[in-house]
This record gives sequence, structure tokens and C-alpha cells, in this order.
Amino acid sequence: MASFRELLKQTKSEIREIQPADAEPRVGEATFLDVRELDEFQQGMIPGAVFIPRGHLESQVENKIPDRDAPVVVYCAGGTRSAFAAKTLQELGYTDVVSMAGGFGRWKNEGRAWITPNTLSPEQRDRYGRHILLPEVGEEGQQKLLGAKVLLLGAGGLGSPAALYLAAAGVGTIGIVDMDVVDASNLQRQILHNLERIGDRKVDSAKKTLTALNPDVDVVTYDVRLGADNILDIIDGYDVIVDGTDNFPTRYLLNDASLLKHIPVVHGSIFRFEGQVTVFDPYNGPCYRCLLPEPPPPELAPSCSEAGVLGVLPGIVGSIQAIEAIKLLLDLGEPLRGRLLAYDALEETFRNFKVRRDPNCPACGENAHIVIAEYDDLCMPHAVLADGTVAAH
Amino acid sequence: MAVEIKLPTVLRAQADGQATVAVDGATVGEVFNALVARYPGLRGNLLDDSGSLHKFVNVYKDDDDIRYLDGLDTKLADGDVLSILPAVAGGA
Repeated sequence: MASFRELLKQTKSEIREIQPADAEPRVGEATFLDVRELDEFQQGMIPGAVFIPRGHLESQVENKIPDRDAPVVVYCAGGTRSAFAAKTLQELGYTDVVSMAGGFGRWKNEGRAWITPNTLSPEQRDRYGRHILLPEVGEEGQQKLLGAKVLLLGAGGLGSPAALYLAAAGVGTIGIVDMDVVDASNLQRQILHNLERIGDRKVDSAKKTLTALNPDVDVVTYDVRLGADNILDIIDGYDVIVDGTDNFPTRYLLNDASLLKHIPVVHGSIFRFEGQVTVFDPYNGPCYRCLLPEPPPPELAPSCSEAGVLGVLPGIVGSIQAIEAIKLLLDLGEPLRGRLLAYDALEETFRNFKVRRDPNCPACGENAHIVIAEYDDLCMPHAVLADGTVAAH
Repeated sequence: MAVEIKLPTVLRAQADGQATVAVDGATVGEVFNALVARYPGLRGNLLDDSGSLHKFVNVYKDDDDIRYLDGLDTKLADGDVLSILPAVAGGA
């Protein structure tokens, strides 16, 4: 039976070690793998390192370092655990593994760069536990969500479920644009609001609800009508926009502005018992005008306030929008890019239709020239005159 | 040749409340002509004065937009399904 010293000696003879001085130039090129315990990791880490406590190494490494030929520099506090971890990685088929001698202690003593990681608080670890359990999200994904900024257009039927789920998921910044006040007729579907809030600004009511649900979320309110004069400023800096507006001119305006700013839009729309969801990812897929070159005349496009809508319907559609937003933020799965999901509540069917990018699209095509200006009911693209001004329709 | 057309709720009132209508035709254009002949109330919703499809009406053969097939000349076979998707802006 081998003693610890003998086992360590044996292990070190079967792996390669490098000194921190030789490891440092490999930051950015090799994957640095930190195999210490969480409390050690929280005190400081090598920038960009992947964290897997040694006890979870075998079960988690394939998810976090899928490429077995990737160069890996393993470190711990002093170079012992990383030596054992390096051997394990070799046994798992990793071909280019080194253990950093002297570990993080020597790295730090030699004055090499390190940072304090953003880690979740114990309360956050508890709150987001079910996310953290998902290998596709994990602690890293949760950190991403906490650092993410999503803008919701409308705190109404679609915006309500989307906002609630995004806030619950821990999206760190949620912007909400709505210029309306809460009305009793909203409560049949707009679950952000309640009886006590009737007459309040919708953005204020939304902020109260979301903050009560999750204090991690910074709710930024815009109690304005979204228009050509403010849209570029408002959407600037957001990672994803969830479109729950209720009219064609605003949707076309948003399309143009999101193309200019390269911000993906999760589109949702509802009518009576039917809903549609898709993702417009600027220049990586079709835009709103590729899907719908022109809006219908107002007489053929009655709004929900005229035609009615089943209250649960926006709950389904807005929730799917929230899923799509999270997928975009975490780069998960197959977003509804280039696909329109059509939901029919009466048939209880979900159907997918292809949406293609139109090479001649006046908004995102090759020769498109985007001008941000108010749209009328016709929503025709704005023509630019020779002097650079916008032609009136 | 019978083709099934799925109508969105917004158009069903003009088609005796039906969600799907079966009509004969060898192309999308023929099928649409047969559809609006049977339900004249649908014409203005689907076709413009020249008989072309409105740009705000999306029609799919299975999951493909007919704009990227042959438009109204797209050939159809017995049992094909056409879906009409309306432009919808509601969200509040």
C-alpha cells in the first residue's frame, strides 16, 4: 500500500508540471482550470480560469472543457491537488494537460495577475439553485444573467409574463418602456399589476412587482412613448429587446433602430386566440420587414382592444419570449431565428414556419439605408433625399 | 385536387366560421381564386385589386413562404396544406 508521499511522487512522475512563470504567457491560449474549493476560489483566481472543485472534476469537466485536445493548465493552491487532477484528466483522455507547480500561492507571491471572481452569494445560490443544477446554465450562466440587460417594450399583456419570468430568472437589469396607466380592463391579462395599482403609472407598478419578486434586479423605467426622437437612446446598451408593443408603426421603428444598434429583438404578437413569436437577430437572420414587408391597413388589423384577446394567451406567448431572451443571453439551443412560431390556443397547436432574410429588404438588405423617423400607418421605409433629409410620405 | 387551407381566426368570420377550408386547384393562385369565389368576403383581406396577394398576408405551403417558392404560381399536389398567417401587432 502506497503512502501519500509515494502516491504523489508516482503521480507527478506521470504528468507534466510547469512553473507559474511559464504558465503566465499561456493565459488566453490555454484553458486554466482551478480545482480548489469554492471558499479558496472566492478569495482570488487567475483571470479567465474555469472553476471545478476537484471533487466534481470527473463529473463536470466534459461539460466545461469539451475539447479533449485543448491545452489545459491545472492549478490548485500549492500544486498537489492539481497534480492528481492532471492525472485524472489524462485518464479521461485529455491530451495536453499540465499542472502548475506551486499553485495559486506561488502565482500570487510572484506578483502575477489575479482577480476576485464574481461569485454568487449564499442567498443567490439558494434562489437560483435550480438554474445552477442545469449544466447548460450553471453558476457561470447565472452570473451572465445577473450581468445581462433586457429591455421590455410594454408592461402589458406580453410584457407582464416576460418581465416576471426574466426577473425571477435573475436578469440583472430589466428596462421597461410604457407610457400608460393601469386600468381595470388590464387586469384580465396584465399580471404585473393589481387592483391597488389602478391609476398608477404602469412602469411604477411593474417596478414594484418585480422588485418584490427579486431584489437582485435593477428595474429601469421609461415612462415615455417610444418614438423616433428617443428610441436609439433608450435601447442603447441593452443585450436583448423583448417586443410587446401593440401597433405596427412602433414595431417597424423598433426594427430599424435595432438593426442600427445590432440588438436582437424577441418579437411576440397576439390576437384573440392566436400568437406569434420569432427572433429578429440583426444581419444574422431576417428582420421584421423581411417577414412583413408592409403592414395591413388599419381596417384589416383590429387591435386587441377592439377585437378582444383571451387573457391567458399573452401569458403563453410572453413566456416563450422570455425563454427566447434567455436562450439568446446564454447562447443556448436553437433560438427562433429565421422561424416563426405560431400558436393557436383553440386548436392547441404550435407550428413553425420558415422566415427568410430578404436580400432586397429595404431595412436589412445589401443596399438598405436606415433612417430613424416616425412611421405613419403605412410604415413604408423612409426614403432619403439627396440632401440627406427624409422624404415625407 | 383538394388542398386544405388553414385560416387564422381573424378571417374565419368571412368563411362561415371555418378554421380549415378544402378547395380544388393546381396552384396557389387557383386555390385562392376558388377560395374567394366561395367566400367573396375574404377577397379584400387576401388579394389586391390586381389579384396579387397583399404584402401583409403571408402564405405558407407546409412551412415554406410561397414568396420564396413561385408565389401564386406555386404548384400544389393533392393533400397539400396552405396556411395563411395574418399580420398581427397586438401585444398589450
